[in-house]
Amino acid sequence: MSRAMTNDPLLYDYLPYHNRPKIVWPGDAKIAVWIAPNIEFYELNPEPNPVRAPWPRPNPDVVGYSHRDYGNRAGWQRMMRAMDESGFRGSVSLNVALCEHHPEIIKACADRGWEFFSHGIYNTRYTYGMTPEQEREIIVDSRNTIKQWTGQSLDGWLSPALSNNTWTMDLLAQEGVLYTCDLFHDDQPTPINVASGKLISVPYSLEMNDTIVYNTNQYTPRQYGEMIKRQFDQLYAEGEESGTVMCVPLHPYLVGQPHRIDAFAEALAYMAGHDKVWLATGREIAKHYIDHHYDAAIAAIAANGAKRG
Amino acid sequence: MSLSKDYLTYPQRHHGMDHDRYPWSDLFERAPVRWPGNARIALWVTPILQWFPLDMKGKPFRAPGGLTMPFPDFRHYTNRDYGNRIGIFRILKVLQEFKLPASVALNAVLAERYPSLIDALTQHNVELIAHGQDMDRVHYTGMPRDEEDQLIRGALETLRNASGKPVTGWLSPGRAQSADTPDLLAAHGVTYSCDWANDDLPYAMRTAHGDHYAMPLAYETDDRVVMLDLHQSEDEWARQIKDRFDVLYREAGEHGGRIMSIPLHAWVTGVPYRIHKVREVLAYILGHSGVWAGTGSEILSEFIAGQGDKHA
Repeated sequence: MSRAMTNDPLLYDYLPYHNRPKIVWPGDAKIAVWIAPNIEFYELNPEPNPVRAPWPRPNPDVVGYSHRDYGNRAGWQRMMRAMDESGFRGSVSLNVALCEHHPEIIKACADRGWEFFSHGIYNTRYTYGMTPEQEREIIVDSRNTIKQWTGQSLDGWLSPALSNNTWTMDLLAQEGVLYTCDLFHDDQPTPINVASGKLISVPYSLEMNDTIVYNTNQYTPRQYGEMIKRQFDQLYAEGEESGTVMCVPLHPYLVGQPHRIDAFAEALAYMAGHDKVWLATGREIAKHYIDHHYDAAIAAIAANGAKRG
Repeated sequence: MSLSKDYLTYPQRHHGMDHDRYPWSDLFERAPVRWPGNARIALWVTPILQWFPLDMKGKPFRAPGGLTMPFPDFRHYTNRDYGNRIGIFRILKVLQEFKLPASVALNAVLAERYPSLIDALTQHNVELIAHGQDMDRVHYTGMPRDEEDQLIRGALETLRNASGKPVTGWLSPGRAQSADTPDLLAAHGVTYSCDWANDDLPYAMRTAHGDHYAMPLAYETDDRVVMLDLHQSEDEWARQIKDRFDVLYREAGEHGGRIMSIPLHAWVTGVPYRIHKVREVLAYILGHSGVWAGTGSEILSEFIAGQGDKHA
């Protein structure tokens, strides 16, 4: 299994936002909002990868490592409480080894009916340099680990540290994964072109991702709260015509800091305070879309291609 | 291309941490901490004094704030040295206005270069924290153990001799440690270090020479991080300090005492247009009841005194 190096991901076909088949969410909700906490374990002394160094400094990078570890000692509790207060469940983007390291955190999430999907084994083990069979091994490991510790099926995937190979999506479909979170091309779910089986993309987001907001864009904690509200307002309004998806990807070590949590909690309460909002999980969005909207989307994509043909 | 089998083998995949330095612990499940007078918050102000050599090598990596221009980089050398001449005195004056104790972390070389700075510091109610030798002497795994031992011993001796005080706190340049650093620090009588950024309370580290504590020096609301790394204004820094305090203060009502740590790089917050923000946030914090201020050593002593099983 391999795909050649190309100038296009070849994973989805163009379908413009206007004149798409209407998406209808359960309860006639205008928008599906899902919260995706990345509950991660970064290793102190990870195996070296030929393509990407895990830390900017020689191992052990005490600042990098301990900053992440803050999420598992302190930040996750603040984040979870803010979500509880507004009635949001999480869809956990999970480094699955965390089941072994911190089952206490897994249990707290599972007790709340949160979904678990895989974000690889550790966030310090990238798929760069793996063969397809090696990459399949981490999918199978993820599936088994999540099943063993939570009883849940593995339905979603976010590649560890967003490391991908050209064949990753083909593997996910073969292994029965329903949705990928690695693609940021849309505000609605879309079919993904895979060699066999069926895979969709559920909108995740770089723009709403706390890492990108705080560290890359270097926006303030309060600005993050404002951005979430603005993103919601726009997608909520557009959802009048056809259901939209909004994802808020989180990292407890960042959003769970004391100087950030209140602005975030306020934004969650704002969204939850609207009617016609579906507080969903990634799996629920994926299943609903596959059951009700996938075929119409495939037909629309074919028709859109034919129009130009 | 393929990776070796080791890349898909996980020897540390088991309950707890992937090392033996400290066990995992959930901040919100610990026995409540009690501060003197049943205070909710222990306020820990930490001015930081640094010296970046003009011929800085930056090996194996450059500590944050390090010189970046071709030699001789006068602009950054002097901008940082400003903190040792001017900035710290503005900060000390503010601390004096509020009668606040503080822990001053400083590179040991400053005691040799500027003895009168040490004299000035020791006239205030401050504890000295050893901040390594200078900002170009970073600790890292791979440096010979003897060399690191010498670096730690030398920095402590210099500061202990110059101040006549025990000096039991440590902050590594760039918060960078080697795998051996806590062992070496404990061997030289250092009770606590401030490098690890994973907690809001002290916790015990296992070392080859007995217990050593990690103290929660704030990382994300550090003045240099907010204003220079994240390029946010002094107003925004003050906002975040207050927001941080509000959350910790609220939590303390439910979960027991918290620590409000305020690192202040003298060359960052000690400049004229920023100093009054220091005054503003301290006035805000001290406007609340139930705030007790201490040095790192004092806060840690109270913490240890109130703990039963320190590894809980």
